[in-house]
Amino acid sequence: MDGDNRLIAKVDGHTGTDRGWPADETRIPDWIYTDQDVYEREIEKIFLGRHWNYVGLECEVPEPGNYIRSYVGPYPVVVTRNMDGELHVFENRCAHRGVEFCREYRGSANSFICPYHNWTYDLKGDLTAIPFRRGIKGKGGAPRDFDMAEFGLRRFHVATRGGVIFATACDDMESIEDYLGPEICAEFDATFDGTEFRLLGVHRNILPSNWKLYQENLKDPYHATLLHTYLTTFGLFVSSNESNIPTDKLGRHGGLLSRRSNGRPDVPEEDQASMQAFKKTMELNDPRVLAFFPEADSKWSGAVLTIFPTLTALRQTNILNTRLLVPRGPNEFMMLWTVFGRADDDEEMTRHRLRQNNIFGPAGFLGIEDNEALKFLQDGVRKAMPREGLAVLGEDNEPTETIITERAIRGMYRYYRDVMEF
Amino acid sequence: MATMLDSKSAVLRDARLGIEEFNYAYAETLDAMDVDGWVEYFTEDAFYHVIARDNAESGLPLGLIYCEGKAMMRDRAYALLNTEMFAPRYLHLSITNTRALAIDGDEIRASANYTLIETLVEETSRIQQVGKYRDVFVREGGRLLLKERICIYDSVMIDNCLVFPV
Ligand code: FES
Ligand SMILES: [Fe+2]
Repeated sequence: MDGDNRLIAKVDGHTGTDRGWPADETRIPDWIYTDQDVYEREIEKIFLGRHWNYVGLECEVPEPGNYIRSYVGPYPVVVTRNMDGELHVFENRCAHRGVEFCREYRGSANSFICPYHNWTYDLKGDLTAIPFRRGIKGKGGAPRDFDMAEFGLRRFHVATRGGVIFATACDDMESIEDYLGPEICAEFDATFDGTEFRLLGVHRNILPSNWKLYQENLKDPYHATLLHTYLTTFGLFVSSNESNIPTDKLGRHGGLLSRRSNGRPDVPEEDQASMQAFKKTMELNDPRVLAFFPEADSKWSGAVLTIFPTLTALRQTNILNTRLLVPRGPNEFMMLWTVFGRADDDEEMTRHRLRQNNIFGPAGFLGIEDNEALKFLQDGVRKAMPREGLAVLGEDNEPTETIITERAIRGMYRYYRDVMEF
Repeated sequence: MATMLDSKSAVLRDARLGIEEFNYAYAETLDAMDVDGWVEYFTEDAFYHVIARDNAESGLPLGLIYCEGKAMMRDRAYALLNTEMFAPRYLHLSITNTRALAIDGDEIRASANYTLIETLVEETSRIQQVGKYRDVFVREGGRLLLKERICIYDSVMIDNCLVFPV
């Protein structure tokens, strides 16, 4: 076998810090996508570490008593708004024997009663009642000194910005603003601009791939016009659009910002040749799908934000959505797409957003392709003889308008290595 | 009275037979991935919506697919055949429990259950969607056409992605 050293892959059962990360930063080892011990380390260092985990939007729990099921990393949680309007995030695991008690996607409640032995929790996650606590006729029951205050549901710290809810297990986290850093925070605020949002619905899918590949995908402007022929065919995005790819200073968060030109962009002949199946003159039969009504105070008509670890936020034309990545082991994650509009949208604007959402989601023109490509990618790294992937395009000190680049992917892994101590 | 009821159920039964024929042909067209042909089962102004059951029951309008009119369906058919990248697959759509529910002028309200089984290369066959159609049929030029097909799917957690319509 010629070329690479792929037959001398390390199979020494190494764990944690003894893994050798390639010295060359453009090389990314397969084992970060496939190995159980790496995944377990991610839980400790990332999801339960010094990070803000996205858990939902305020418009999903608009009224006191509203709740949704959600996740911090792989861990099921409940997000509630209590009767005072405060948001709480606690584990979806009864303190008694461990039942995952909240079984509905969303709802409204005064308290949560675990169905197994009816231990009862309030909307903050405090344990408020234990049936037969004193036993029957003085016999049985909980120990005299059993302190209910100690056995509430384990809670996460909560912060919000612009209607987006984050949770963390870290006791001394910085503000969301500091967490995002000025470059990304500015773009975050352009989308989550303080207007009230209205939930339009949620898509859910299982993607048989490692969660990090989804963050990579949305930090990868290189694939946009190559995989997504729909974009170029119908002129939503072409490589000559004005673009910008900011990252925060640690490299963990990023943005893919683009500005759609008015009318159909001209694609130079030489670019057409390198874009498979570029169709010069395609017009949609129903062009309403791509109509754009500027609504954000931003020069960018498209802004994809990747907020480490598991949030992506999209504003593309008039599509607004967040995607929560829920890891389920190294080889699989669940995606929750929360799609929303603004509270003051009229009926026509709501319909426009619904029409435009044909582009994204697990049956969307872009959604299908990203999900398929990432499945194929996981198949490759999981089944093939181990090798290192390449992220060689572009340069780390290039102008941020450069789009044929993998700079943001390298940046994320620089940060990742740091937190994971690889 | 009895005769009136009998004639009403006879009319509904006839309608159901026509719709069953329609649904069998519809399934066959989609099994063949003939999405251009799929578009022709609809009226020009038809509404086609694929919506998760939890969204539908919460009054949330977001669709996995949302087509207002045949033009949007044609655009989806074009995109699937000419721009989309996806793994090769076999499709197997079954439509059962067809019911004609009511006839109102020239519209027939109907429902049916559907199951889409997908088989990918070197994978075992698996259920991609199970759901229920809520349909409105009309007759145009002696032919039944869908004026509305709302596909409400129970299989809320989608296995990767839904490529073809149901
Ligand atoms: S497990 Fe929840 S009350 Fe016993
Ligand atoms: Fe993509």
